[in-house]
Amino acid sequence: MSNPQQLRYTKEHEWLSATDENGVATVGITEFAANALGDVVYAQLPAVGDTVTAGETCGELESTKSVSDLYAPVTGEVVEANQDVVDDPALVNTAPFEGGWLFKVKITDEPAELLTADEYTAFAG
Amino acid sequence: MTEAPRRTALDATHRALGATMTDFAGWDMPLRYGSERDEHLAVRTRAGLFDLSHMGEITLTGPGAGRALDHALVGDLSALAVGRARYTMICEAGGGILDDLIVYRLGEQEYMVVANASNAQVVLDALTERAAGFDAVVRDDRENYALIAVQGPASPGILKSVTDADLDGLKYYAGLPGTVAGVSALIARTGYTGEDGFELFVAPSDAEKLWQALTEAGADAGLVPCGLSCRDTLRLEAGMPLYGHELTTATTPFDAGLGRVVKFDKAGDFVGREALTAAAERAASAPPRKLVGLIAAGRRVPRAGYPVVTADGTVVGEVTSGAPSPTLGKPIAIAYVDAAHATAGTEGVCVDIRGTHEPYEVVALPFYKRER
Repeated sequence: MSNPQQLRYTKEHEWLSATDENGVATVGITEFAANALGDVVYAQLPAVGDTVTAGETCGELESTKSVSDLYAPVTGEVVEANQDVVDDPALVNTAPFEGGWLFKVKITDEPAELLTADEYTAFAG
Repeated sequence: MTEAPRRTALDATHRALGATMTDFAGWDMPLRYGSERDEHLAVRTRAGLFDLSHMGEITLTGPGAGRALDHALVGDLSALAVGRARYTMICEAGGGILDDLIVYRLGEQEYMVVANASNAQVVLDALTERAAGFDAVVRDDRENYALIAVQGPASPGILKSVTDADLDGLKYYAGLPGTVAGVSALIARTGYTGEDGFELFVAPSDAEKLWQALTEAGADAGLVPCGLSCRDTLRLEAGMPLYGHELTTATTPFDAGLGRVVKFDKAGDFVGREALTAAAERAASAPPRKLVGLIAAGRRVPRAGYPVVTADGTVVGEVTSGAPSPTLGKPIAIAYVDAAHATAGTEGVCVDIRGTHEPYEVVALPFYKRER
């Protein structure tokens, strides 16, 4: 599987897009994580207006066999949650880097240790 | 030191198919090949192919084999007709369940006991001990069998295309020796999915050939390889108990609502008789928690160990198994629930899912029953 070059990654298998002109970035989980979870059946995403903190849990993804915490890759205010994923959690499996994005965050602080695509690919194997 | 997991005769096949492997009772087993939901639905609507070689086979032979099993198990196995199979249990002297089993009578003086992988050694040890004094030989046959199952409505047609065995004459819960795809097999019409299907016990060296033949025979019928993940959701929908979840040494067959497997009227004494007699009386006079089905109103999935609560938070039970049901499209669970809340349709029952009380509907098991 290939991890898009333009994204940055965490060791918790989230990806983060570049910020737009308003300082807003999109967050999702990687294809590696989606495959490891199996069929995602329930997504609890942070609500619009929530403040999320880098490295802390901000939601959960439930699959057939397990439930996994969702970690925030950066600190900031949630400005949008992907209702399509709430309605159809399988989008996380079928399009983890596209339609299966999870939420958008207006970044106030981001940790230095975000990985490049190549670093993440080396990490996740 | 942990031992390296054991691999089945089909290990290379699973890896070639891209299976996600998982450790299960000391075996490296396929969890899923692709989407477990798709595998589940394939078994419900077409057919699925399973490697179940981790199951534990134990053979009893000799003139006293039937009597030995009558003594060792809660069922009446000497009454089983040759060629038939029975679901039964092995209990401790105190009545707790050591394992649930399927026993096949292969001949007048030959039985095969199939134990869960996680309990195979316990069952082998107990049978060996309990058969002492009977004219019977207990043989550990775990290394001598691979087990392949083909399950689903298309499975009779698929199997017919590769065997001359009389499948139409093979009833549910029966087994007969035959040849499948050129290899010798014990062909059993049993399974753990709620569908019609077959379990094929073969020599490990024949497993690969049989798997490939079934894969080819089933291609047009939509047969797909299936892992343990969908096996669990299939059995859950079918309301079938799983050892370690619904059944434990802390549970008697009566607690699990399976008292019918205990045959008190068989000849001779059997291990657990006294304790099970008391358990039967307890179950009749003061019902313990009952095993019920729960269907979610929402989408959050209950897991084993989660408390079943009323609206005010009073704990009235515990989930033993839970998963999203591909057939129902909702999360479902099996749970032990106090008798006062165990009637189908009881209002106000919730599952505490990591601190949130999610409403659930109480239903009778099973969730799914195939049309016959």
